[in-house]
Amino acid sequence: MSTVIAAVLFVGVIAYALFGGADYGAGFWDLTAGGRTRGHRVRELINLSLSPVWEANHTWLIFCLVTIWTGFPQAFTAITTTLYIPLGLAALGIVTRGAGFAFRHALTERQGERISGVTFACSSVLTPFFFGTITGGIASGRVPSAGHGDALSSWLNPTSILGGVLAVTVCAYLAAVFLTGQAQRRADTSLEKAFRLRAFGAGVVAGVVALVGVYVLYSDSPRLFHQLRTVGAPLLGVSGLCGLAALLLLRRGRPSVVRALAALAIATVVAGWGVAQYPYLLGTHLTIQNAAAPSASLWVLFVVSCVAGALIAPSLFVLYTLQLRRKLG
Amino acid sequence: MVLSALLGAADPPQLLPAREQMAFTLGFHIILVPFGVAFTFMMLICQYRALRRNDQQALLLAQRWSKVAAVLFAVGAVSGTVLTFELGLLWPGLMNAYGAAFGFPFAIEGLFFFLEAIFMAIYIYGWKRLPPWPHFFTGAVVTLAGVGGTASVIAANSWMNQPAGITVQNGRVVDVIPSKVFFNGAFWWEMVHMLLAAYIVAGFVVAGVYAWGMLKGRRDRYHRLGFLVPFTVAAIAMPLQFLVGDTIARQVFDREPAKFAAIEMVPTTGSHIPEILGGIYIDGEVRYGIPLPGVASILAGFRPSTTIQGFDAIPADVRPDDAVVNVVHLAFDVMVGTATLLLLLSLWFAWLWWRRREVPMNRWFLRSSAVAGLVSVVSLESGWVVTEVGRQPWTVVGLLLTRDAVATQGDLWPLFGTVLAIYFCVGAGALFVLRSMRRRWSEEDTDAVGVPYGPQPAPAMNGCTPGADDA
Repeated sequence: MSTVIAAVLFVGVIAYALFGGADYGAGFWDLTAGGRTRGHRVRELINLSLSPVWEANHTWLIFCLVTIWTGFPQAFTAITTTLYIPLGLAALGIVTRGAGFAFRHALTERQGERISGVTFACSSVLTPFFFGTITGGIASGRVPSAGHGDALSSWLNPTSILGGVLAVTVCAYLAAVFLTGQAQRRADTSLEKAFRLRAFGAGVVAGVVALVGVYVLYSDSPRLFHQLRTVGAPLLGVSGLCGLAALLLLRRGRPSVVRALAALAIATVVAGWGVAQYPYLLGTHLTIQNAAAPSASLWVLFVVSCVAGALIAPSLFVLYTLQLRRKLG
Repeated sequence: MVLSALLGAADPPQLLPAREQMAFTLGFHIILVPFGVAFTFMMLICQYRALRRNDQQALLLAQRWSKVAAVLFAVGAVSGTVLTFELGLLWPGLMNAYGAAFGFPFAIEGLFFFLEAIFMAIYIYGWKRLPPWPHFFTGAVVTLAGVGGTASVIAANSWMNQPAGITVQNGRVVDVIPSKVFFNGAFWWEMVHMLLAAYIVAGFVVAGVYAWGMLKGRRDRYHRLGFLVPFTVAAIAMPLQFLVGDTIARQVFDREPAKFAAIEMVPTTGSHIPEILGGIYIDGEVRYGIPLPGVASILAGFRPSTTIQGFDAIPADVRPDDAVVNVVHLAFDVMVGTATLLLLLSLWFAWLWWRRREVPMNRWFLRSSAVAGLVSVVSLESGWVVTEVGRQPWTVVGLLLTRDAVATQGDLWPLFGTVLAIYFCVGAGALFVLRSMRRRWSEEDTDAVGVPYGPQPAPAMNGCTPGADDA
């Protein structure tokens, strides 16, 4: 049962990486859109595409947190007592980002709109960076089972920095792919082209970062590197192929296909990390089974996840369908 | 900052910033909760009226309220996320030991929040292009999910007051009976109490805005309706809240004697205990308050001879100190006092309505209503102070002391300082945004403004059929 819950947890992580990631990436493009007049149309598209969905996308993070603290409380507190600095910064980033976005949406006065917009955009870049460093710290085994690991080196290390940079570029890539589709649906050719270019650029950068990452992991996290090279290899292979195919199809492919390929590329990378960790939750010292809560708690989580699958999945489907058909706004 | 007085010299150094930050962020978040939980219900009343009776003003109200809700819901969502992080960052001792036991209600809450976020988005952004009735029912889902979310969070909180359903061996939870954890002894009444509080706060705050407008001379139908709907909801909930609160007090007397002793400031166990209004507790003595002889005993057991347990019955090492007692007692007095004022206001409204059948334009009534929102927030906050501080020195009563739950890593002061600064900006930003929305709307003519499903009501409603299958 503990393995099932760990898998459920990873489904949550993947969903957050995809949906939350695309939202954060939109903030990146918001930040780099240029001055008021030049960036106006980009920001408007981001506003329209994000407003109805960002809170639902954000909820995946809550889902991950409650699953880990109910299912694996020891691992949860080990992480929070070690990586408390990036976690605290990420939490604050979430507040400024959400508030900034909501305020900008509601404001018309130019000055207030600008301040909240900048707040939203900056924290959209910083927050995924911190989440990336947290991932790097966990994946490279720097969180002791009893917690209270080194407060700085646990997240200021080569693997964490790689995680942070990769998170930001991947978010930007995902967002650009999704926004290309949104621009196409609005029949805005120039914006579509602009985002296609951005997607291409971000995809190439993400690919380069990933290649550099191979060397970083080789020297900094030998176990993770070994696991990724063996059990994780098929997933990473799929990820690379999908990423490449998405880049090639960007110009001519159907947006839904490109979107699916891009999403698959990201999902398989995160899944590869999960497979590489197995059967450990932390380093090579805390297994999933040893960290697990009593079976009754796990069963409740399992039932909650099933109900979530039955209720949330169709609801999300309705939300995204309405959003794609431009019924919302 | 009252809480700063609560800490003794022997406590771990992080206890002060951790408690202050938790109190501050929880206190901030709880103001937004009523708008996520109860505000949609008031929009639905207006929307129902609009759809049934073709009432354009009601429709405009519902639509504008949903824009306000969008802002408040966003701030509530992110400030709620901070609380999630804080459970791990500030209270690792609690989550490590009992996450397995009382963590799952939060998972259920996550489920409801997910539904709420999805349908809130559809509701808020669906005005223009969704057909009226499907749109209405997405709002109904939000209201129901709000009830479920409240129940789940209260399940976790009430479990800390009256823990049940777990087996502990060597300091580890080895078995959990989920139904007994969720439906613990304190669950039902605490849940209803908070749910009613949410409707009361949202009702009085929203009504207050329109009462203010009417005082400024805007007495059109739009303002009267904007006042009437939320005020009526709050006024109906108010007497119910008194019944529920009174029942809870007796239950606390029965099951959480230490909290009850702090509420009533009872140094020594005995009968014929007076109810003390105000007053402070210093060195084992009650000073300055106004005692009502025997009333505390009567409230606890309907007879002056009812015995109430005092602080002397609590082992010295887990006895609440003077500062805790004072905060709990005074917060209880403030809660009951403010609630009494709101009840009187509700009765006043009922009387005026019964005589005239119209929104009262009595200036003193409108003035009172304009501040009732603020008063209800004070009542809500002090109620949470009673239940949270009243549990001290325990985090989980009888199982885990707060000083054992608190974080030992790093230094929490910088985090707390940053949180204060950011929350101040977010709070000020939210008020600024709401004010600018209000100003924009007050410049528009409510009769001329375009409403959804409009402008010609009847044909537009039939004309919205395309897309009906999408929802």
